[in-house]
Amino acid sequence: MTPLLVFQRISKSFGAVRALRGVDFELRPGEVHALLGENGAGKSTLIKVATGAHTPDGGTLMVDGEVHDGLTPALAHDLGIACIYQQPALFPDLTVMENLALRLEKPASFARVRWTDRRKRAMELLAKVGAEILPDSTVNELSMPEQQLVEIAGAVGAEARIVIMDEPTASLTRREQERLYGIVRALKSEGIGIIYISHRLEEIFALADRVTVLRDGSSAGTFDVCDINEGELIRLMVGREVTHLYPPPLGSPGEVRLKVDHLCCHASGVEAVSFEVRAGEILGMAGLVGAGRTELARILFGITPADAGTISMDGRIVTVRSPSEAIDEGIAYVPEDRRRHGVVLDMSVAENVTLAAHRRYFPGGWLRDRIEAGAARDAVERLAIKTAGIDAPVSSLSGGNQQKVSLSRWLATEPKLLILDEPTQGVDVGAKSEIHALIRRFAEAGMAVILISSDLPEILGMSDRIAVMGGGKLIGILPSGSAAADVMAVALGQSGTPGKDIA
Amino acid sequence: MKDWRYRRELAVAALLGCILLGLAIWAPAFYQAQPLLSLATREAPSLIVTCGMVIVILTRQIDISVGSMFSVCGVVCGLLAASGWPVWSLLPAGVVIGGAMGAVNGVFIAGLGLPSIVVTLAMLVALRQGLNLFRQGEFVTLPDGVQWFGMSQVHGQIVVLCATGVLVALLAYGLQRISLGRHFYAVGSDAEASRLAGLKPRRVTFLAFVFLGALTGIAAMVNVVQSPQVQPLSGYGMELKVIAAVVVGGVAISGGRGYLWGAAVGLLLLACISPALVYLHMEAYWEKAFQGAIILVAVLAEGLRARSARRHRTDFS
Repeated sequence: MTPLLVFQRISKSFGAVRALRGVDFELRPGEVHALLGENGAGKSTLIKVATGAHTPDGGTLMVDGEVHDGLTPALAHDLGIACIYQQPALFPDLTVMENLALRLEKPASFARVRWTDRRKRAMELLAKVGAEILPDSTVNELSMPEQQLVEIAGAVGAEARIVIMDEPTASLTRREQERLYGIVRALKSEGIGIIYISHRLEEIFALADRVTVLRDGSSAGTFDVCDINEGELIRLMVGREVTHLYPPPLGSPGEVRLKVDHLCCHASGVEAVSFEVRAGEILGMAGLVGAGRTELARILFGITPADAGTISMDGRIVTVRSPSEAIDEGIAYVPEDRRRHGVVLDMSVAENVTLAAHRRYFPGGWLRDRIEAGAARDAVERLAIKTAGIDAPVSSLSGGNQQKVSLSRWLATEPKLLILDEPTQGVDVGAKSEIHALIRRFAEAGMAVILISSDLPEILGMSDRIAVMGGGKLIGILPSGSAAADVMAVALGQSGTPGKDIA
Repeated sequence: MKDWRYRRELAVAALLGCILLGLAIWAPAFYQAQPLLSLATREAPSLIVTCGMVIVILTRQIDISVGSMFSVCGVVCGLLAASGWPVWSLLPAGVVIGGAMGAVNGVFIAGLGLPSIVVTLAMLVALRQGLNLFRQGEFVTLPDGVQWFGMSQVHGQIVVLCATGVLVALLAYGLQRISLGRHFYAVGSDAEASRLAGLKPRRVTFLAFVFLGALTGIAAMVNVVQSPQVQPLSGYGMELKVIAAVVVGGVAISGGRGYLWGAAVGLLLLACISPALVYLHMEAYWEKAFQGAIILVAVLAEGLRARSARRHRTDFS
């Protein structure tokens, strides 16, 4: 039996970041093949290579035993590869029928639209996947699971033989999940190969035939699900040697800086989170993507204010309903998506360094070149920012150096609480160590630090305590020195020992 | 890199210089004091509005209601003058009326988050039609002592030019040197990043519209004092002229980049084409064609710059 899809030593880099380092992977007809790995292990990149969105740097990609060098999204579609993303990629203002037609009909700009055929086809496909959706409803009227069904109907209609599903059950209720499992099994019985990405281990054991574990951009092995257990899978996901030395932690933290009590935000799905962080302490926040860590940070910084619960700084209850209020309370936040919002890319290094602290640098509101240049030079020196000059636009800097600019702006405000969201994502190794050392120095200077990271070794190496989040809740707080597998087990909801000291 | 920061503005200034030089060679009659002074004074109101438009466009918004606001300010202040308000009180009155109309725009755009082009289009039509209804196209005759502040024409013109020059210089300086000026740039470059840096983008956007309104009020006064009557359609079409000047002057329509003095040079460039044609004995019909060509070249230059910047940026991804 020829495998549907074969990856041989596929590699792909983005700048200095090696997302895939020679991955082998194989998908057989009529198989559900689960793909498992931590955040950033390379799952998304692997999918994007399979759908032609990324061209691999090296290795061989075979579809139906034929080698394809230049796979494009259009070619992948013609070869019968379909991908159902976690967030359905439909046109929200068009009807279900039009969305299906856009995917299935050959584009012919001036051909007459045969509406009756379109509607008939759409109804057939929707019936096939068991969806009770009218073809004339517009997509934005549909719920998330209904949109997913439309996507699946599209894949069925395209006669896809390779269907990739990226965490399809992440936003589904129990009953909707069961229905999806039914559809997956039906597709499988027709000889379609399914690549199934999920963080839910029980789902993998219930549904998949084989599982491949990705770790740091390489395959940690492919197994039949009946030959492996949950513990081994977790170990394979995290079991990497520590290739990186972290700065030593400080002796004992000081007073309680931040105390969060039953913080809720309905809009971002954060529920009843309580914890505290002390001055000089680094609290690591672990969890899977979508666990609610960034959402929590955004609440603390006033971007999406809380509906209920309290935030106290130094024992005093504070209200933060906007970032500027948060800054006034001594809270600083370095956001996850540095390239978009952590810095103003078009502005110069110097302008970015002073932007958050105009009132401090320029009392009276008059910008003074000499003060600004002094602050910028100081930041460039202290944080070892590599730049052509303080007047160079931040867009001309590398990722790690942009991150340092983003960090430097907060030092001027002398925050009491520093929240870092994925501070080393997409940063090369050298800059990573420098950023780690800086974070430790901030803590030593008496700041309370919340470090959100999907890089488990980073969390383990940097944190004084580790908070684990999942589904918008704080699942547990582990002491420093915990093993990676313990943290992962709590995050995946597999642990019998939930948080030892939920504050 | 640093040496080339102003290359766009300098290119526009060089083009203006070429035209002025060409006129000096082939039509030295252009450089008679009186006509030149009149030309400059006539353009002073547009120049002031251009400064306000620079602020709004830097914050990544647009205001197409300036022409109507200009007319309303002129007519209202003319009526105030006719009812006996002293000349000196007209300027603050214009600032207040213009600022209030700008604040209305600002509330809809910054407060409710509506798109600026739609809000200001509504404002443009509403004010223009309201004025038509109210005045039926009637001119306001001003009392003595308003035109040229009761001085001789030459003296009045010199006062107007000096005041405009000082105002433009102050604005250009302030935009670079005051914290709020920097905030206009930051919000226009990336409103979300600015918010995360603790700025208040909505307040900054609101203020941009108030500034433009107030400056339009000042510009209307500068226009009112130039003639014995106020024409109710004095600002008709001003938005296009002013936006064109801003674009030609190198201010990015996508916000966050450009200099006020560049836009001022841009306005002078567009404004001197018509008299240049007259003095060079060419058909006046060519004016729009030349202005259009200059705008097209400016847009093209901006497009090429943006493209090369994008290419440059992806190198680092």
